Amino acid sequence: MTELGTRPQAVIGARVPRKEDPRLLRGQGRFGADMSRPGQVWARMVRSPVAHGRLRAVHTTRAAAAPGVVAVVTAADLPGRLEIPVRLDVQGIDLTDYLQPVLAAETVRYVGEPLAVVLADDPYLAEDAAELVDADIDAAPAVLDAADGRVAAEFSLGYGDVAAAFDAAEHVVRTEISIGRQGAVPLEPRTLLADPDPVTGRLAIFGMTKVPVFNRDLLASLLGMDETLIHVHAVDAGGGFGARGEFYPEDFLVPWLARTLQRPVKWVEDRTEHLVAVNHSRQQAHRLAAAFDAAGHLLGLRAEVLHDNGAYCRTHGIIVPELTLAMLPGPYRVPAYHGRVRVALTNKTPCGTYRAPGRFEGSAAREQLLDVAAGQLGMDRIELRRRNLLTPAELPCQRAMSTLGTDVVLDDGDYPGLLEAAAAEAGRLGYPVEVSRGQQSGRRRGLGVAAFLEKSGLGPQETADVVVSGTGAVHVYSGGTSLGQGIETVLAQIAADALGVDPAVVSVVNGDTDKQPFGGGSWASRSTVVAGSAVHAAALAVRDRATEVAARMLEAAPGDLVCEDGAISVRGDPAARVTLAEVARATAPASRTLRPGEPAGLSARRRFEVTHMTYPYGVHIAVVDVDPGTGQVEVLRYLVAYEVGRAINPALVEGQLRGGAAQGIGGALLEEFCYDDAGQPQSATFMDYRMPTAAEVPPIDVLVTQDAPAPGNPLGVRGAGEGGVSAAGAVLASAVRDALGLAGSVGQLPLTAARVHELASGGGR
Amino acid sequence: MKDIHLIRLRVNGREHELAVEARRTLADMLRDDLGYTGTHLGCEHGICGACTVLVDGAPARSCLMFGVQADGAEISTVEGLADGDRLSDLQQSFSDRHGLQCGFCTPGFLMLAEGYLAQRDSAGGGAEPTEAEIRELVAANLCRCTGYQGIVEAVLATARSRWQRAAGPGPS
Repeated sequence: MTELGTRPQAVIGARVPRKEDPRLLRGQGRFGADMSRPGQVWARMVRSPVAHGRLRAVHTTRAAAAPGVVAVVTAADLPGRLEIPVRLDVQGIDLTDYLQPVLAAETVRYVGEPLAVVLADDPYLAEDAAELVDADIDAAPAVLDAADGRVAAEFSLGYGDVAAAFDAAEHVVRTEISIGRQGAVPLEPRTLLADPDPVTGRLAIFGMTKVPVFNRDLLASLLGMDETLIHVHAVDAGGGFGARGEFYPEDFLVPWLARTLQRPVKWVEDRTEHLVAVNHSRQQAHRLAAAFDAAGHLLGLRAEVLHDNGAYCRTHGIIVPELTLAMLPGPYRVPAYHGRVRVALTNKTPCGTYRAPGRFEGSAAREQLLDVAAGQLGMDRIELRRRNLLTPAELPCQRAMSTLGTDVVLDDGDYPGLLEAAAAEAGRLGYPVEVSRGQQSGRRRGLGVAAFLEKSGLGPQETADVVVSGTGAVHVYSGGTSLGQGIETVLAQIAADALGVDPAVVSVVNGDTDKQPFGGGSWASRSTVVAGSAVHAAALAVRDRATEVAARMLEAAPGDLVCEDGAISVRGDPAARVTLAEVARATAPASRTLRPGEPAGLSARRRFEVTHMTYPYGVHIAVVDVDPGTGQVEVLRYLVAYEVGRAINPALVEGQLRGGAAQGIGGALLEEFCYDDAGQPQSATFMDYRMPTAAEVPPIDVLVTQDAPAPGNPLGVRGAGEGGVSAAGAVLASAVRDALGLAGSVGQLPLTAARVHELASGGGR
Repeated sequence: MKDIHLIRLRVNGREHELAVEARRTLADMLRDDLGYTGTHLGCEHGICGACTVLVDGAPARSCLMFGVQADGAEISTVEGLADGDRLSDLQQSFSDRHGLQCGFCTPGFLMLAEGYLAQRDSAGGGAEPTEAEIRELVAANLCRCTGYQGIVEAVLATARSRWQRAAGPGPS
């Protein structure tokens, strides 16, 4: 590595104020719904009111005659039979038969499925007219239990001789746990504005996030356009968490209508639509069995998973069940493992990823298993984990499995060390004292512990451009996207560090497909790792070029120059210096500093490629009170300990962990998409889909460690986006189980008051 | 037939006159008719609080009010908080304490807190603000990114410094 961290005022590792903050605090953010175009029409989706049935007809005559209506379209108006393809392949499994059409044509499969689009001059009129569209549906029985659902895929992952492990076992421990249906639910609903330019034939899009280049290319192929004629603009996004920015039916419909009508089309989803239309996640049933020797060492692990994917396979395909299986052994030494999953379709909203996909679920299952095992083996819960965590000497550890198209190779780390550090931190913060004090005063108070493994930094590549303009301003054009995580600030710090400039002079544009046509997007906690590494490489290349040009200007050898404080100077002779702005101007096309044939400009594009992911790891510890009378669970204390390799901006890492933990508390205790027997959603408002407020989320203690820099990238970073939520279900299940003194598993998440009341009354498994 | 009303109101001290349909919400009127897009809509049924503005000084969910109900009212939105280039003490406190991530809910929290602190102040200032008091206030709105800690800390720090300033260099 180069000079990172060697300067006296290191930019990396500093709590630099966020570049995003001023505009957002002033109400000057540019969210999708904030953008309008002259002459725009508003789109309103008409959605199926029935969970399952044959679509006989969609009558649009009355709607089309309503005031202000410009057009009403159904599947019959589409250019052919269009389905949204899978973005992420899993084990080569063909899901063609289960893809979602952009508008239902013959069959409806969930409440909320798009049937028609109404366009009107005004959103109120569009909504009025949408209510006049009459869908004639022969209702059929709804399949709501995955056990009864059509099987879309079934596959196994694993390694080693599992049968032999169970034959040799001294103890076999079994447990079951189901996770309820939950979702990302960002606070900003989806929006899209598509604006066609009749002169150039281009189509400007506002509101696509997460994977804008992928979505641009997919949209281009569905529209039969050259992809460079589509310009996806950068926007602020009100949270992503996996769901926002995937390609949904509306992502075709709105641009297609804009192009067909040659008018700007604007669409803003309402909350009830969001809660039935956007990917759900998490709903899985797990049956686990573990073989232990007499000393409590794991010999083998078996997992059977039933995944409820809702009505269709969307862009994420079956990646969540694959991640579940691939990550289920977690940070432990598991000599033999067999995981099998059945992916079933039901008449509910289709599913995709939600922050820590497969890990929230799998960690809850595995950690409940270990808690139950500790009870059965008569061992302390932490001691059992300590015995089974992989040691630093056992890393890197290759598991003969793949996920997301890459082999599972756990990189460096000290898993037992972090467990000790977390336990010590909880002790220092008084957790154990609080538990015993509560129990002595007669409360049902419990302590939860969970260790987990995360993954981040998925390749295969990310591209970044760094450009210095004549004022000395540094422009970064990254393939990441801003979803609220602060990636503009992080990338500015990385560029500033490499170039020796103040982060204040660095501006970062994310998610603009004209500025960065080769971006991979922000998902899977990848941006700091892969986008950051690409920015790092591009900024170093700019520094090298600036040094070379400055050497000519100063008549010095490049090796004698240093690049710092926005200038390049001769080492030991600070008077001999040129500013970065002067160097940039010296590369202008007419500059005499340029050599014949040398390209103008001070810029570089670099691509960072990576084969394997990096694996951050962590421990959650929590203290809860359970009211056996009401079933209410109160989270009193919560600690997230997480190894991030290197924190570019510790304040942002802590923010990710705290925010993730809050979402995880929601997932563990409150949030669930429920359906009635006919498949009608029962959680289509914020009254019924209960996200935690400040009253349910305690102050979250965080212990961010930087003891194991990731070996696979030049910054040593591991990604921080998902460690706050990953083990939240696991740790709160552990704490509730401890508070109630259960012998078996808690059985289900979320641990709503009704369920906890049942467990407290002896109704547990 | 649209039921149109001519109304007059002040937003952040600036006078507006406009014709508005009776059913149009205050939030839509502020955003789409008057261009105050800093007021955000997260649920349109009064739960999330992202659309909170001050109506004659009191926090209100602008998605649950009709525009016509604001006839003659003084409205404050997030765009009115900063003094030119200078963020308000509350805005600065949010940035200092990482009280925002995606920023979508932020205007609602800022206006909720401004309204509450102003009411507290006009009621005589009362006792020194506590964490529990501010947490209960913050629990009125939803945030999906921060876990609320930075928001509670930012509002509490501002509440305390304003309370101390109001109390002056007294005998305490």
